Amino acid sequence: MKFLRDLMDKQRPLFEKGGKLESLYYAFEAGETFLFSPNHTTGIKGAQVKDAIDLKRMMITVVIAMIPCLLFGIYNTGHQSLLATGETTGIWENFGDKAIIGLQLVLPIIIVAYAAGGIVEATFAVIRKHPINEGFLVTGMLIPLVVPATTPLWQVALATIFAVVIAKEVFGGTGMNILNVAMTARAFLYFAYPAQISGDQVWTYLGEKTAVDGFSGATALSVVYDAGVQNVNAVEALNNHNSILGEGLFSFANMFMGWIPGSIGETSTLMVLIGAAILIGTGVASWKIIVSGFAGAYLMGLLLNVLAVNEYMALPPQYHWVMGGLAFGIVFMATDPVSAAQTETGKWIYGLMIGIFTVIIRVTNPAYPEGIMLAVLFMNVFAPLIDYYVVKANKTRRLQRATV
Amino acid sequence: MSKIVKLKKGFDIRLVGKASQEIANFAPAQTFAIKPTDFIGFQRPKVLVNEGDTVKSGTPILIDKALDQVIYAAPVSGEILEIKRGDRRKLLEIKILADKTITYESFGKIDLGQDREALAAKLASTGVWPNIIQRPFGIVANPADNPKAIFISAFDTHPLAPDYGFTLQGEEKYFQAGIDALAKLTTGKVHLNVDGSKPVPSVFSGVKNAQVNQFSGPHPAGNVGVQIHHLDPINKGDLAWTVNPVGVVQIGKAVLEGHYDASKVIAVTGSELTKAAYVKTYVGANVSTFVKGNLNSGHVRVISGNVLTGEKINLEGFLGFYHNQITVIPEGDYYEFLGWAKPTASKLSYHRALGLLSFLTPKKEFVLDSNCRGEERAFVQTGVFESVTPMDILPVYLLKAIMAEDFDEMEELGIYEIVEEDLALCEFVDVSKHPVQELVRKGIELIQYS
Repeated sequence: MKFLRDLMDKQRPLFEKGGKLESLYYAFEAGETFLFSPNHTTGIKGAQVKDAIDLKRMMITVVIAMIPCLLFGIYNTGHQSLLATGETTGIWENFGDKAIIGLQLVLPIIIVAYAAGGIVEATFAVIRKHPINEGFLVTGMLIPLVVPATTPLWQVALATIFAVVIAKEVFGGTGMNILNVAMTARAFLYFAYPAQISGDQVWTYLGEKTAVDGFSGATALSVVYDAGVQNVNAVEALNNHNSILGEGLFSFANMFMGWIPGSIGETSTLMVLIGAAILIGTGVASWKIIVSGFAGAYLMGLLLNVLAVNEYMALPPQYHWVMGGLAFGIVFMATDPVSAAQTETGKWIYGLMIGIFTVIIRVTNPAYPEGIMLAVLFMNVFAPLIDYYVVKANKTRRLQRATV
Repeated sequence: MSKIVKLKKGFDIRLVGKASQEIANFAPAQTFAIKPTDFIGFQRPKVLVNEGDTVKSGTPILIDKALDQVIYAAPVSGEILEIKRGDRRKLLEIKILADKTITYESFGKIDLGQDREALAAKLASTGVWPNIIQRPFGIVANPADNPKAIFISAFDTHPLAPDYGFTLQGEEKYFQAGIDALAKLTTGKVHLNVDGSKPVPSVFSGVKNAQVNQFSGPHPAGNVGVQIHHLDPINKGDLAWTVNPVGVVQIGKAVLEGHYDASKVIAVTGSELTKAAYVKTYVGANVSTFVKGNLNSGHVRVISGNVLTGEKINLEGFLGFYHNQITVIPEGDYYEFLGWAKPTASKLSYHRALGLLSFLTPKKEFVLDSNCRGEERAFVQTGVFESVTPMDILPVYLLKAIMAEDFDEMEELGIYEIVEEDLALCEFVDVSKHPVQELVRKGIELIQYS
């Protein structure tokens, strides 16, 4: 590693004040600090030692937590594709083919997301003279996981650029943003190019091939929604869906495992829970938000059961956990510490409301079958308000103490 | 009514190099210094001596013209060696070359029967007064004030902190006299807060004239600011005083002996020392005789105080007025290849993202160096500061109010209740590496001088 260090030391004067490439200092700094933890020491006064953690370590932990979802998503993309064309029925059949199809579709999306976002991030860092923020490590991985594998790459690039600029950099970069960056990217795609991110045609990659007769590309959410409209039992509708491809494609167990069509990383509740275990185990994400998010969805589902006027409302609440992106959204998006509520009490309320709103939007809104996206963005906007009241309560306690 | 408070929030930083319970025979310090920079809020220094003058222990050598009743005295007898000034003639140190045997300026035994004002004025003229600190702000107390209570933390939970049960043994008589004097200075109570998780050391066990409270839990349970918060919190307009037990003994000695005895036992600690032990010396001692020749590595940082709140001094530096400890750790000015990514068990972290399995070895002691372990970033992680601050305070909101210089917000969020040391752990655990203690002081000064 000595030669790398020497190389860095040799190039450093170029980027420092007065050097030829002074304006690119933060690009150099990003590269240098990625390779080497810097030699900064603590000041004369104050804490003389520091905790070994830094933001890079924290962010990479989130990326690691997403890896199970990513790997599963890659394989499931291939699996769904071959399943629809009738080339496979078993989950582990044609393992290599499925993995290759998945990789062919997913890898380019990841590369495009990281490249597009990285360039924007670096450009802003250089122009605005702030360090390149590690938060993008996470965003760049989240965006591919919340879009269908068939999304055109230019749309991925456009959405990423839009989200990084509008949702983050205009506010001053990581730590200052109000909205979750990855959710903003998805919302952008959803409203700008609805044809490529909603409906029945986008979730399963078919390529040049044709699907078997009677195949439906609908997601579980739209199946349940239709059941509500046609007034047939929602659970039966799920169980009977796409029976041409095999038994119980949308059974609870299968949806929990994630062998269903959907956005790349969000289908498997099991993999999301593994990610949640990593995030909670390492203390990176707030368990309060995760627990209250799932609880909110369940409670709202129960409440709707009581009030049920159609079959969707009568759906057993646990189904909400395994359909669509709820689990993924709560674990990876809602817990983004910057856009979430920042007080401990606020986190309970924030998570709970996300769960509640997700289910309300799903069940009552005909236009958006998936509720988590809007619920997270909505609560991102309201998080400062929640915090405001929690902080106010703290101030009031202090004031009351003084006057007693 | 004595109180028992069990605290859960906080974090003990376990370091290698705890002082063994013995008085080491290090060569005695030759020179001593009084540093005005040790006294927070010291405004207009006036030096009362010249280079070459001879002084006794207790001779006034310095005053703050903004609070001129309080004198700052020579801790030892000897000759004024140097009056060191820095940029723009800022007074840095008054160095004294100590005599072989210390002689004392005698002001006669102090009668505790006199009224509060007279006693305060008397103590202010003896050299022991700067041991009394005023909250809010953490500045030297004004003898004219009447605090609502006086708080003494009888234990120190900082990393490698000295054990007052050991350093003050045999001082029972003086400690009690100090408490008696303090009890005269307030119309409120004197609170003596002991460590509830251990047997109470003899010096504190028989104390009368004070309310004895028990605190237990991880650091910062021993911080007097945290204790005040749970006993009798400071609101806007309140005034409380705090004294370190070592200061209480010095006050007691002034009362009973009629002279300023600045001797104290300090802990010489840290991973880079061959022998970590206690040593008997005086306030402001030059540390070189304790450290040089006692090092097991070359590239070190010498800290007056502990690693959380101390001050970097060099090998020829002097012990700070309020410090009862020096710590020697490795200097951390090196690069580390992929230092942020490597899995490791040798680094200490409060966060499980780095120390995932650290719960398996809760008693493990670490060698920490002065490396910052990362670069400064915006606030990202939430909830961590709260989890190391056992007070009903929202540190991040308070710090943001300070950054925004929002006076009302700072007051409402509790700036009066804290000084630097109370949020020192936040600075340690901060993922984004903010200078938390510096910010706290900035906020306090904004309020204090507004």
